[in-house]
Amino acid sequence: MAASLSTEGLQQEFDRLVADDQRIEPRDWMPDDYRKTLVRQIAQHAHSEIIGMQPEGNWITRAPSLRRKAILMAKVQDEAGHGLYLYCAAETLGVDRGELIDLLHSGRQKYSSIFNYPTLTWADVGAIGWLVDGAAITNQIPLCRCSYGPYARAMVRVCKEESFHQRQGYELLYALTHGTDAQRAMAQDAVNRWWWPSLMMFGPPDTESTHTAQSMAWRIKRFSNDELRQRFVDMTVPQAEVLGVTLPDPVLRWNEDRRHYDFGECDWDELRRVVSGEGPCNRQRMEHHIAAHDEGAWVREAAAAYAAKHAAVDAAA
Amino acid sequence: MSVAAHDGIAVFTLRLADDCLVLSHRLAQWSSRAPTLEEDVALTNIALDLLGQGRSLYALAAGLDGSGRSEDEYAYGRDERQFLNCQLVEQENGDFAQTVARQLLYSTFQQHLWSALEASRDETLAAIAAKALTEVRYHVDHATRWTLRLGDGTVESHERMQAALERLWPYTAELFEDDDVVANGGVEPRLLRAAWEADIDAVLTEATLQRPEPAWAPSGGRRGIHTESFGYMLAEMQHLHRCHPGATW
Amino acid sequence: MTEAREPLWEVFVRSKRGLSHNHVGSLHAPDAEMALRNARDVFTRRMEGVSIWVVPSAAITASSPEERDPFFEPAADKVYRHPTFYDIPKEVKQL
Repeated sequence: MAASLSTEGLQQEFDRLVADDQRIEPRDWMPDDYRKTLVRQIAQHAHSEIIGMQPEGNWITRAPSLRRKAILMAKVQDEAGHGLYLYCAAETLGVDRGELIDLLHSGRQKYSSIFNYPTLTWADVGAIGWLVDGAAITNQIPLCRCSYGPYARAMVRVCKEESFHQRQGYELLYALTHGTDAQRAMAQDAVNRWWWPSLMMFGPPDTESTHTAQSMAWRIKRFSNDELRQRFVDMTVPQAEVLGVTLPDPVLRWNEDRRHYDFGECDWDELRRVVSGEGPCNRQRMEHHIAAHDEGAWVREAAAAYAAKHAAVDAAA
Repeated sequence: MSVAAHDGIAVFTLRLADDCLVLSHRLAQWSSRAPTLEEDVALTNIALDLLGQGRSLYALAAGLDGSGRSEDEYAYGRDERQFLNCQLVEQENGDFAQTVARQLLYSTFQQHLWSALEASRDETLAAIAAKALTEVRYHVDHATRWTLRLGDGTVESHERMQAALERLWPYTAELFEDDDVVANGGVEPRLLRAAWEADIDAVLTEATLQRPEPAWAPSGGRRGIHTESFGYMLAEMQHLHRCHPGATW
Repeated sequence: MTEAREPLWEVFVRSKRGLSHNHVGSLHAPDAEMALRNARDVFTRRMEGVSIWVVPSAAITASSPEERDPFFEPAADKVYRHPTFYDIPKEVKQL
């Protein structure tokens, strides 16, 4: 057995691995703050997948064709699966999924504020797939190279599966913009409502972001909020043109000098309000999740009781 | 094939298609509400299997009845009285025990039905049956595991599971009814009853549950008579589609 | 809430015949039967597997990172275990 290293030596080894672009694995020594930051971020990500099932799930029973119904069911199901992968990644850091759910319910952990907006029409399902999932993918692809191994591996799986999510959203909207007048209006209305909240998904501007610098040093985060936001805008504008919808930003235009699109400022007060619980659906989303969790308690107890009973029987046999 | 036989198999196919669609819809209503995240994924898998089976059956029915209707015309364009699913599958989800009981009773029936239909004279129906059989075996397995855990779990879960069986058992009589359609069409379900009962009894015994002995045996689903909650289900399912006649989605 | 936590299981999937089982992740389940079925639903939604193993996470004994050197360093100096250690005359096209 190797002589145990001093904290200083362990820190040096950790820093060396991170600087060398290697992965930190669950049983490696890691600084407490690194662990805390990861638990907070992975749990928030997992909660977002789970709460994110609600706004789209809202349309499963009303999907207007059987093909769309099957796609939407599979998509919402993927979100449950992704939440699961992420909770498991968080658990490698020594927390339990049950604890994380309790923290979500008591408001001490958050989920992405985007899911506090309502899905008012069928076109919202398309707008979420195209814009919200598009923004999420932009955020997530760099996370596949995150310094923490289990998180990076979970993200590889998530990104692979999510590639159909954005495409189905775009295809859904394309059918609407090439359909009847009412369908076209529905699509434009949804894009109007989801554009700005999607841009806010990248978080506050770099000048106000509290976690960015340390997360980048630890290689949990690889690009700043504003860099990713710009990347998303640049990618999305040409897609909107093909789709035939107008993005609701009067100052949006190509800047030849910067080789990027210029775009307007998000309403950061709105983001602060929604994050602090004053969005249109914060209460409903939490109530829904808590109710489902509480109503399932007797089922989980029954399964545990059965397992205990039969483990005892098997042991006696 | 005589005309009557031809009609018989078309109606028979439509009944099965409606069973699949309606049960799939009910299961999909669990999305984001299941007792665990793992179970949320499992219930949707079953719902997706059933929706797939339903869609294949609608395509077949459109050929058999000569209407050439699309799957969406069947799903969204018919009124309550034109749906031919059995009343068991349209029963509301209730608590998790009621959903498990509905799954156990119907999936076990469906497993025997698909087995028999593998030998159907209609090659397409036989092919659909062969594929569906592998899926429904898993549905039966899933329902069986949960019936055992709820029946032989806690006092509360046992009571809930027994109550769910009492609530749903009467609707199983309809599964085995004979009429002109089944005589001319596919499989006579009454011939499946003994095997179905043997399977269910074995599960209930292991789960320490009692088989209910109801006197009441509601019926009518196969002739378009449904329970009240079914109208609400269809209203929700069809609303958007019907608001935009002729639109493509 | 003082609910009993479901045990954690590690999941290994054989993606196709001829390949070994690979670790794909973990999940919660009250017992082995349910763990196997949950694994099927969660990790093989896109036909990713032909066989699944589930193992209670608590049953795994792992080497610790501190032991890395004594565990793995002896292997590092046995270069003769690797095919590139050997010089083969160029005339031999295939070996």
